[in-house]
Parts: sequence; structure tokens; C-alpha cells
Amino acid sequence: MHARWNRLQAPPVRDALVLSAAVGVFGVSFGVLAVSSGLTVLQACAMSLLVFTGASQFAAIGLTAAGSDPSAAVGSALLLGARHLAYGVALGPIFSGSRRTTRAVAAQVMIDESTAMATAQGNPTDARAAFWAAGLGVYVFWNLGTLAGALVGNGIGDPTRYGLDAAFPCGFLALIVTHVRDRGGQTAAALATVIALALVSIVPAGLPVLVASAAIIPGMVVRARLARRSP
Amino acid sequence: MTWPAIFALAVGSYALKAMGLLGFGGRAVPERARSAFTLIPAALLAALIAVQTFADGRHLTIDARVAGLGAAAVAVLARRSFLTVVVVGAVATAIVRAL
Repeated sequence: MHARWNRLQAPPVRDALVLSAAVGVFGVSFGVLAVSSGLTVLQACAMSLLVFTGASQFAAIGLTAAGSDPSAAVGSALLLGARHLAYGVALGPIFSGSRRTTRAVAAQVMIDESTAMATAQGNPTDARAAFWAAGLGVYVFWNLGTLAGALVGNGIGDPTRYGLDAAFPCGFLALIVTHVRDRGGQTAAALATVIALALVSIVPAGLPVLVASAAIIPGMVVRARLARRSP
Repeated sequence: MTWPAIFALAVGSYALKAMGLLGFGGRAVPERARSAFTLIPAALLAALIAVQTFADGRHLTIDARVAGLGAAAVAVLARRSFLTVVVVGAVATAIVRAL
């Protein structure tokens, strides 16, 4: 018991639990926006339980609300989720001794927060503790938040009256910050903005965002060039 | 969102997570692929911000949402939490729209 309590108080685990509670509030905003863009409470909860990646969930409902075709919305959301491939590879060594079933469960809670917490630790044991604390903690709070938000959002009515349509781009603005810290990310973001806006009146809704993902190529060139200059 | 779209997104998202953790099994991934995966959020989120702020169907417009995004940007620069950024942006949009 004491050992377990001590472990709960260890800094990485404590930080992870604080983080989880904060993400729960973010889940509330997802729940509200999901039902205000036409999802049922059950659909909003199913998304958080099954999809469980905030940015993809927001992108999918945001694009659908803006009139995008469901397949384009799902396509954009999945592209956004492609970063998890890199996360899984980065976390591979930490879970190399774990059973396949453990890794299969870990995959569902492998998100931005748990990956960041795990990779910040000094050794595999701490990394796994931080990963599970953040992953499971965020999972619980994100889903509770979604349910609460969906129930509240049901009574809100017309979303544009409260500026909820602007909540999507504002939320994405908060999410993009960690991805544009380097020149490569900034290049990709700037060019994607130009491409998307240029295509809005030319192609159907949803496609401008998908096509704008091509902006990663100049971003990669910038990153490669900078890496070569400073070995 | 329809139920098939939700399930497709759920299956696809899990596959992306599991592939890295179970599939590669500690094998190294080329630096170029890694760079591409991690740049996608920067590009897609920027495109989403642009489209959802300036597009009205198939037209580009400047309306109350721009004020909301500006207010949200101030909140981001002041290092406010996700919820604060969203609420500030939504409230600023609603106020400008009501003017």
C-alpha cells in the first residue's frame, strides 16, 4: 500500500494526473462542439471512447459541420493521426519487454500527452509509469469530459449564437503551437494556409485541407537543410 | 458524422497507433519518414484554421470569426489553457457578431 502510494506521488505520475484533469476540461469542449455540430450524445461518446485522439476528433466534426463529405473528413482526421506512427516507433524500446496484449492496450492510450510524458523520463521503468498514468488518466477524464459536454451542449441550441463555430479554429490554434516550434513546422503551416485558402472556391469542402497536407514536403526540405548545416 | 464514418475513423486511428508500437517492433524508421509524420499536424491544423476562419461554404469572407481568432491568438501568446483560448475566441466572435 505504502509502495503504491509512494509511486502515485512520484513526480512523473503526479504530473500526469494533473495533466489528465486539465485534459478533461478540453473533453468538455469536444462534447459541446460535437453535439452542436449535429452528433448525438451517444456518437460523441463513441468517438471519444473509440477514436481517442483529440485533434482528429475535432477535425472530423469541424469539417463535417462545415459541409465536408464524410470521407474527406475522415481522411483529414486520419492524416492528422499519422504522427502516431512516429510515436509508436519512438516508444517501441520502452515496451520492448512487454507482452503483445499489453502493447495492444498501450496503443489505444498512446496519444500526444502520454508520449510526451514517457519520452521525458530518464529510464524505461519511469517512462512506462508516466505513460500509463498519463494515458489512462487522460482516457478517463477525456471521456467523462465528453459526456458532460455532450449533455450540456444538447441544451445550447444554435451554435453560432455563442460563437461556437469560431471555437474550432481557435482550438486548432491552441493545438498547433507545439508543432510550429521549428522552421520546418512553420514552413509547412504557412504554405498549407496559402494552399487551403487558394482552393476553397475551386474544390469541394474538405478537400482544401487534405490537399494542403502537401505542404509537409517543403517543410521536410527546410528541416533536412537545417540538419545538414548544423550536424 | 455518420456511424460508418465514426467506425472508420476509430479503426484507422487505432491502426496508426498500433502499427508503430506493435508492427515496427523496435526497427528504425527512416529519418525522412519521421520528419513527414511529425510535420503533418503543422500543415493540417494550419489549413483547418484558415478554412474554418475564412471560408463560408465555397467562398472566402472576413466576418466575426476573424475577431475571434485574433482574440484567441492573444490568449495563446499569453500561454492560457486550451479551454481559455476556445472560450475567449468564441465569446469574442459572439460579441462582434452581435454588434
